[in-house]
Amino acid sequence: MSAAMQAEGYNFAYLDEGTKRMIRRALLKAVAVPGCQIPFGSREMPLPYGWGTGGIQVTASVVGPDDVLKVIDQGADDTTNAVSIRRFFARVAPGLRTTERTAEASIIQTRHRIPELPLREGQVMVYQVPQPEPLFRLEPRRAETRRLHALADYGLMQVKLYEDIARHGRVGSSYDHPVMVGGRYLMSPSPIPSFDNPKMHMSPALQLFGAGRERRLYAVPPYTDVRSLDFEDHPFVPLRANGTCALCGARDTYLDEMVTDDRGGRLFVCSDTDYCGTRQAEAVA
Amino acid sequence: MYVAVKGGEAAIANAHSWLAEERRGNPAVPEIGTDQIQEQLTLAVDRVMAEGSCYDPALAALAIKQARGDLIEAIFLLRAYRTTLPRFCATLPLDTGEMLARRRISATYKDLPGGQVLGPTFDYTHRLLDFALAAEGAVPPPAPEADPGEDTNCLRVTAMLAEEGLMAPEEVSEVEPGDVTRTPLSYPAGRALRLQNLARGDEGFLLSMAYSTQRGYGNNHPFVGEIRQGEVTVEIVPPELGFAIEIGDITVTECQMVNQFDGSRTELPQFTRGYGLVFGRTERRAMSMALVDRALRAEELGEEVAAPAQDEEFVLSHSDNVEATGFLEHLKLPHYVDFQSELETVRAMRAAAMHETMREAAE
Repeated sequence: MSAAMQAEGYNFAYLDEGTKRMIRRALLKAVAVPGCQIPFGSREMPLPYGWGTGGIQVTASVVGPDDVLKVIDQGADDTTNAVSIRRFFARVAPGLRTTERTAEASIIQTRHRIPELPLREGQVMVYQVPQPEPLFRLEPRRAETRRLHALADYGLMQVKLYEDIARHGRVGSSYDHPVMVGGRYLMSPSPIPSFDNPKMHMSPALQLFGAGRERRLYAVPPYTDVRSLDFEDHPFVPLRANGTCALCGARDTYLDEMVTDDRGGRLFVCSDTDYCGTRQAEAVA
Repeated sequence: MYVAVKGGEAAIANAHSWLAEERRGNPAVPEIGTDQIQEQLTLAVDRVMAEGSCYDPALAALAIKQARGDLIEAIFLLRAYRTTLPRFCATLPLDTGEMLARRRISATYKDLPGGQVLGPTFDYTHRLLDFALAAEGAVPPPAPEADPGEDTNCLRVTAMLAEEGLMAPEEVSEVEPGDVTRTPLSYPAGRALRLQNLARGDEGFLLSMAYSTQRGYGNNHPFVGEIRQGEVTVEIVPPELGFAIEIGDITVTECQMVNQFDGSRTELPQFTRGYGLVFGRTERRAMSMALVDRALRAEELGEEVAAPAQDEEFVLSHSDNVEATGFLEHLKLPHYVDFQSELETVRAMRAAAMHETMREAAE
């Protein structure tokens, strides 16, 4: 990104230092109580609510000029909103390097996916969260859900999962499947496919979650127990399309389905573009 | 090989240059100046300032121009700018009693001290398109001016009722109110934060909520005690001075709705107040705000909370149009990862159901 693109008159990473400190304090609290939603004074950002303002504020608060930032949306670095957010940081955070390589990144801001490449210690995952309250479809009043979290009363969710199984033979939530963090707090993993849920468990990376519009932060510290909610006789099963990536041949990744013609033609490709690209390059070499 | 259509930097940049071209429109038509917007689209400017929570007509006019007249987009631009501004201090409470009123009406008294002043209003105009405005050039003749008269001091209608003990007194608090733009709301929010939230809430939302109380969703029997509109002085006390100084005048509209209250075991029947105060001349929003404020006092006044407009969490968490539009429009963002999971789930459920049907048929 050329220097000419950089926005003048703004502090490093857009937010003023006072705001960053406020957010970091809330993040510390979130790390200290894994999975617990911490209210924070979310600011109005120059990107719309629902488009990653929570994630952007978290990233802005923890990023430094020595960091290497990767931004993905649907697993891909080249989706429009990922491009837009990466450009935003390139404009307002002089010196910051951006990358598309999962292995190189120190901070990965994501919407809807966890990279296929296992994360390592020292990396920070920043999730964009539309709805931090895992119970909101069952109880819309946040005043009430706060009480339920305080009492660890998650019967509503257990009953919902039970009803899914009784009606459909399986749990109905294929993404944003709720998890128990550290055996205490029920947490929304953000709308990642349930395929990605197991990657959260005992991850060596620090996982931070930002919900700007709902003004909540939460966190999963490294090596924390994260269990997808299930029953002994109906264990959690992560789902993926039963196919092979047409580009790299992977059989164990999360796949996007492409419609290739109007006669029912379909093919599958990895949703994680960096992982897929790396595998293709390795195959050539 | 099929290549997935995914956006890139170039696509975004091209889309934005097209947008700039569309914004300008036909270059043969003279460009609109922000001064023209500020002077001639005053009510749009007022709405953007009110919901943008930033009193700056020039910036609001710029936002309207940049947003191609999309007021919610303009409000968003102004909010995003506002959030970067430093905060020096809070102003002293505005004294609307000292307002230099351009308009002041009461629906509860035929005549009252200070008089009824219609001011520049759409009320009583016939809504007929004025084709003369389509032609350029004509400056309207100056409106006749009345003598200021002796009734310059406008006593508040609610104060008159209060003198008789008919108006429920408001709870006085010297506590510095919170700031909805800095601290997340939690419920119950309390009236100060509630009013703050409503003052910047979406006009359409406030109007509909207020309207619903008039149609029976919520117990409301409102009268316009008073609407006043005009300039008030803004004062601050800089810490290094220790006394108040005036920093400017702003135009505001205040609405005090008077509502009947049946009384309770401990209180005699009396009137209660719904309060609205907004930037600019956005009278519709001041009135809506006052009705919604009163509806939200249901719990405090021991009334049954049954209608949406009486539900604090419902109203306050859905009033903000920048939040609402952002979240609604995020549905345009790609969701194919989630959708893929849904596809697999539905396919698996269908396969299981079909298997079951075939097994039953075989038996």
